[in-house]
Order: sequence, then structure tokens, then C-alpha cells
Amino acid sequence: MSATQIQTPRSGKVGAGRVAPKYNRNGSSKGNFEMLAWLFMRLSGVVLVVLIFGHLFVNLMVGGGIHAVDFGFVAGKWADPFWQVWDLAMLWLAMLHGSNGVRTIINDYAERDATRLWLKIVLYAAAAAIVILGTLVIFTFNPCPVVDGVQLPGGFCPAP
Amino acid sequence: MTAELAEPASKIELPAGVGGGGEIPSFDVTLRVRRYNPEVSEEATWDDFQVTMYGTDRVLDALHKIKWEQDGSVSFRRSCAHGVCGSDAMRINGRNRLACKTLLKDLDTTKPITVEPIKGLPVEKDLIVDMEPFFQSFREVMPFLINRGHEPTKERLQSAEDRERFDDTTKCILCAACTSSCPVFWTDGQYFGPAAIVNAHRFIFDSRDDAGDMRLEILNDKEGVWRCRTTFNCTEACPRGIQVTQAIAEVKQAILSRKV
Repeated sequence: MSATQIQTPRSGKVGAGRVAPKYNRNGSSKGNFEMLAWLFMRLSGVVLVVLIFGHLFVNLMVGGGIHAVDFGFVAGKWADPFWQVWDLAMLWLAMLHGSNGVRTIINDYAERDATRLWLKIVLYAAAAAIVILGTLVIFTFNPCPVVDGVQLPGGFCPAP
Repeated sequence: MTAELAEPASKIELPAGVGGGGEIPSFDVTLRVRRYNPEVSEEATWDDFQVTMYGTDRVLDALHKIKWEQDGSVSFRRSCAHGVCGSDAMRINGRNRLACKTLLKDLDTTKPITVEPIKGLPVEKDLIVDMEPFFQSFREVMPFLINRGHEPTKERLQSAEDRERFDDTTKCILCAACTSSCPVFWTDGQYFGPAAIVNAHRFIFDSRDDAGDMRLEILNDKEGVWRCRTTFNCTEACPRGIQVTQAIAEVKQAILSRKV
């Protein structure tokens, strides 16, 4: 006489133990990365409020206001180390803050590990490209470039 | 023959439509119940049931009436039926609540009342979900007193202020309404979830307990408190009124002040 096997309708289906495998956490993560990321979001957020509103105020309200913003205005600002540091801090903090935010959104919404990995690779590549290019521009910006001994056209530079 | 005692005059003004004292208004209501039976079909369906209920009835009473009088195959959990055991958390009109604490008259009875199993946990049948993943996270935070000191001969004394510190989180009945209302938990079920953190909070801030650091270390995991997005779904869902999001924030603060 064969005993009738009645399968319990557990989520794990056959042979998967009591808890469905998708709920099992694979090992505990060592380190404080998530804590530091959480802290960074709060601190950078506070600093960014000052940096961004300072930036908007100086560009749009002070002096000639928005109508004075042109190539020469930007060139003038980046000739000053103060604004170089200001813009550099704004670039780095905003990019890291934003990228970390998108990273958590990917973590929350991507359901498959492969999707999650690829979205994050694209995100990190994009963030790195913008941060590197931006840093390069802030420090090497030259409003009057000379190529092969010839002054490039532009109305902002004194005639050679 | 028994002498009839005169009822004392009612002090409550009743509307004209309602009959004598003690009569409870009744109404017809449609319950739209999510049905799932893996032995019949892998697809879940909606079933409508019409029942006549009274103003004092809860959603659980309607489910009982359906099960007892209309369709005995309707499956749901309930134990105490008085909001203490935490067995009958379900998604009623799109919100996680206890069926035994939700009065029908407080819902919109002109439309069908939808009753679904709580989300994020595997459905076993109809409104019954597999609670094991939920309890797994609960067990991981070690929800029991760990005291390395000498065992006292009497009870472990504690000041009223020390007891007050974690009073809110002692109210948890493990119904899973919070964890299964959390969008982060819905994604992949990896997050520890609000209920586990609430029960860790209950011991982390207990002056008699010595294992707070261990619990904070467990919740410092990448699936721990830092996955909380403070959407307040858990606080809204809690049938016991626990300030869940605040408890999670306090655990975050405790980890930070220990590490930084």
C-alpha cells in the first residue's frame, strides 16, 4: 500500500526547505557602506542647498542678472579660484548625491540581479564621465585658446 | 406569569428610520474576495459575495458569513478575532488592516469591498500567505532578552522611564501588516522589513538587555535599516498604532552614534 503524498503548499515548492529561496539573504554584508551612503545623502543634501542657491543667486540676481550671463561671464567666474572650488564642490556633490539616489532606486525597483547589475554599470559609467569631464573643464578652461599659433575666433579675447 | 420590568427610557436620540431601542441598522454589502487555489489553477481570480450585514459587523464577520453560509472553501486565517493575535491581516480596499478591527460601516459599502491577501509574501490559498519569510527576519534580530549579568532571584527591575523608552514597540502583534505594506519589501523580499526592526528596537532600547550592539550590527546589513525609504506605509498600516517609521529612525540613529 503506497502512502498518498500530500505536498504542503509551501512557497518553497519541492525540496526548497521551509522558506522560499528568493527570501534568503545571501550572507551578511560586512562593512558600513550603506550607512555611509545614507549619511552622505543627508550631509551632501544640506551642503548642496547652500551651494545651489548661492550659485543661482550670484548668477541670476546679482549685478546684471540673467541677461549678463554669457561666455565671458562664465570665463570670468572660472578665472577666480573661489568659483572654481565652488563649482567643483557643486559638481562632485551633486553627481554623487544624484547617482547614489538613482542607485537606491535601481536597488528598489530592479527585480532581477542581471538587470540591476547592468543598470548600475550604465549609471556608474555616466556619472564617472560627467565628473571627470566637468573637473577637467573647470581646471583647464581657457577662454582664449590658441591653436597652431592662430587665435580661435571669439569676441571675448583681446586681439593678439 | 412574570412581571414585566419597564425598560429605562433611552438617552440616545435614534433617527426615525431605526426601530426600537437595540435595533442595529442592516445593509447589503458586496465583498470582492481574491481567490487562489493552486490545486485548481495557478491564476488568482476575484469572487463576489453578497451578504446582509449589520452596523456592528466587521469585515471578519462578513468573511465568516460567506464561509459558513455561501462558500465553505473561502480560506483565511483568524484566531482570536479581537485584534490581538495578528492572524487576520489582509488588504482591504487596498490598505493593510486587520479584518477583525475593520468595521464594515467605516468602509464605502456602496461599492464592492475588495479583500486580498497581504502583498509581498507567497500566497498559499485565497487570503492565506506563507508567513515563514516574515518570521525568518523576525528570528534573525534575536527577539528575546539577552542578559549577561547574574540572574536575579526576583524579577529584573526597571525604572518607569526606562520602560517608557521602548513602550511603543512592545505593542507589536506580528500581523505582518507593516512589512507587507512596504514597497521595498515588495521588490525582492530581501529587506528585513519594519516588523523585524520594531522587534529589534524593543530589545535594543531595553535597559535590561545586553545584546543591543549585536542587533545593531545585524541591522547595519545592506538589507537592514538603510533600505528604509521613510514612506510611512508601515506606520499607516500598523493596526496597533505603533510609530514604526520613528522606531526605524531611532535604530538608524543608534547605529550611527555607535559607529561615527
